[in-house]
Amino acid sequence: MTDTALDDTLPQPPRDIIPVLLPIVLAAIMLPLIGSTSSWVTLTVASLAMGMMIFIMASGLTLVFGLMDVLNFGHGAFIAVGAYVATLVLGPLAGWIQADALWTNLAALAPAVLLAMAVSGALGLVFERVLILPVYGNHLKQILITMGGLIVAEQALYALWGPAQIPMPLPAALRGSFIIGDIAIAKYRVLAMVVGLVVFVATLLVLNRTKIGLLIRAGVENREMVEALGYRIRRLFLGVFMVGSALAGLGGVMWGLYREQIHASMGADLMVLIFIVVIIGGLGSVSGCFIGAILVAMVANYGGFLVPKLALVSNILLMVVILMWRPRGLYAVTNR
Amino acid sequence: MMILSGDPPRSRVLSALLLLIVVALAAAPFLFPGAKALNVATKICIFAALVASYDLLLGYTGTVSFAHTMFYGIGSYAIAIALYGMGPSWAAVATGLVVGLPLAALLALAIGLFSLRVQAIFFAMITLAVASAFLVLASQLSWLTGGEDGRSFQLPELLRPGTVFVKNLFGIAITGRTLTYYMIFIASAAMILGLLRIVNSPFGRVLQAIRENRFRAEALGYRTVFHLTWANCIAALVAAGAGVLNALWLRYAGPDTSLSFSIMLDILLMVVIGGMGTIYGALIGAVIFILAQNYLQALMGAASSAAADAGLPLLPGLLHPDRWLLWLGLLFIASVYFFPTGVVGRLRGASRG
Repeated sequence: MTDTALDDTLPQPPRDIIPVLLPIVLAAIMLPLIGSTSSWVTLTVASLAMGMMIFIMASGLTLVFGLMDVLNFGHGAFIAVGAYVATLVLGPLAGWIQADALWTNLAALAPAVLLAMAVSGALGLVFERVLILPVYGNHLKQILITMGGLIVAEQALYALWGPAQIPMPLPAALRGSFIIGDIAIAKYRVLAMVVGLVVFVATLLVLNRTKIGLLIRAGVENREMVEALGYRIRRLFLGVFMVGSALAGLGGVMWGLYREQIHASMGADLMVLIFIVVIIGGLGSVSGCFIGAILVAMVANYGGFLVPKLALVSNILLMVVILMWRPRGLYAVTNR
Repeated sequence: MMILSGDPPRSRVLSALLLLIVVALAAAPFLFPGAKALNVATKICIFAALVASYDLLLGYTGTVSFAHTMFYGIGSYAIAIALYGMGPSWAAVATGLVVGLPLAALLALAIGLFSLRVQAIFFAMITLAVASAFLVLASQLSWLTGGEDGRSFQLPELLRPGTVFVKNLFGIAITGRTLTYYMIFIASAAMILGLLRIVNSPFGRVLQAIRENRFRAEALGYRTVFHLTWANCIAALVAAGAGVLNALWLRYAGPDTSLSFSIMLDILLMVVIGGMGTIYGALIGAVIFILAQNYLQALMGAASSAAADAGLPLLPGLLHPDRWLLWLGLLFIASVYFFPTGVVGRLRGASRG
């Protein structure tokens, strides 16, 4: 059965585009408030870049919840571990990072990112097998035990790397900005946006256009049925968990480069932001997560520019407003 | 039995243990003279009440909240700001109580009404977000809270360490510090007994019914949101009360001593190790945890330097006194698995079987 046949036979629910319009409308409203077009563009690009990075980190969490009904409070551990592992590669290759040639920089970054994703993915495997496997179906225990996992991972990072902040220098070719007229756009932000978009589109394509995606979605709807058809859904979900963890690792590396320093508690610190994004988007929804991440970043950036004091709690205010409007988040996917 | 509200410890070992703890705490200024020991005893009293109030949420209603330190902090800051602003008078203490406790209850009501309605699983995340926002607020509004430095203040005359009532009673001087300790001891005991009364009332039974099966409780005609919100408010009130006691003992309130996320983790660990759903577990958990926190770290330091002297790799880092949370985390995971009912559940089970 192909997708076109599915489209013919199944009634399509009407597409819900109001959430998609939210960030666009928000950006449009901000233009007159900020006044200057060049700062508006800079802020908008900054929001998009930050939003894409948050999305990369949050997508794994929302996927895992939506598909496996596992609320992983230890997700932040993958972020921090990814960032720390990347320094293992970037440290010896510091010369390549400092070289002012894009290809040399990327040659150093690529193995660092790959290793970070591999290790955080492997850690995801350990997490799922050791911690979460015995507590499926029990949210209370899941929260407690993954919280414990986060504590242990964070403390292990402290024990191995020491308590100090570690610098994570941005490659030379990615420093500075493109100047277009009087508008400056940081190069790294463009890269972050591109990577985020690629991850987003790839996730949507895999979920909606491939057989694996079909099985995943079917498994979410009715797990026993898919198992009865002979598919090993457990293994598939384990794969999803590992991909989610690897994405968190990627996000950790990108966030570390963005901030140019990393810290063992960065994962726990980012968890708050990620939870807000996941709640705003609706637990389990990848598109909701994407829009939520951009909204959170926009509120943080615009808010920080317009009313710096308010920016501290702007995320909470945004969450309250969204949940007043849609109590289950922008796109409610699961019935849980 | 009245005072235990018809819910005795139900295990001989547990009864003996509890009796021992209570007697030791009641006689702490005489049994363990010295500033550090008395500090530990006070911390046990305060945390036992705080953990018991968290147990009302986690153990009896099954909701995971990460905002409990927020209420603890509200209590601390209310008393600190009042005493700092109005000077060391009893009127200031009363003002702190009158402002702080209702504020905590109102905030709990708001969070409860807002998020208990939304989705059970959202609650943990939302409270985490709200608590972190509150922490940021407390450390940024420095004109009110003193920012990162917090607020130090003077206690009323009667409670100051310099006030001496009896020079020599069994070789110990009875001072304002002793009086403060007994005030904290009695207040904590009252709060714990009050919680024990609440969980064994019809209200407490409904909470347990909600924990076991929310839909069924609702089908029986109980307004579950109403009950959960009330439980939330009571827990917040007791937590704020514990915060007041903590601030009075330290004569200081700041983000690290009352609001930080690590205190939240400590509370979680104490509830789980002591035993969820048993108010007695709070006392046991607090004793184990705080004794470990204060005396185990010295042991770890010794082991760490011994390992460093022996030239072992990695081990000195893992055994460093600052890494004790690593081992507690492992203990925490193990206890969620192997004895989810905690020490109290274990002891009760052993005496029954």
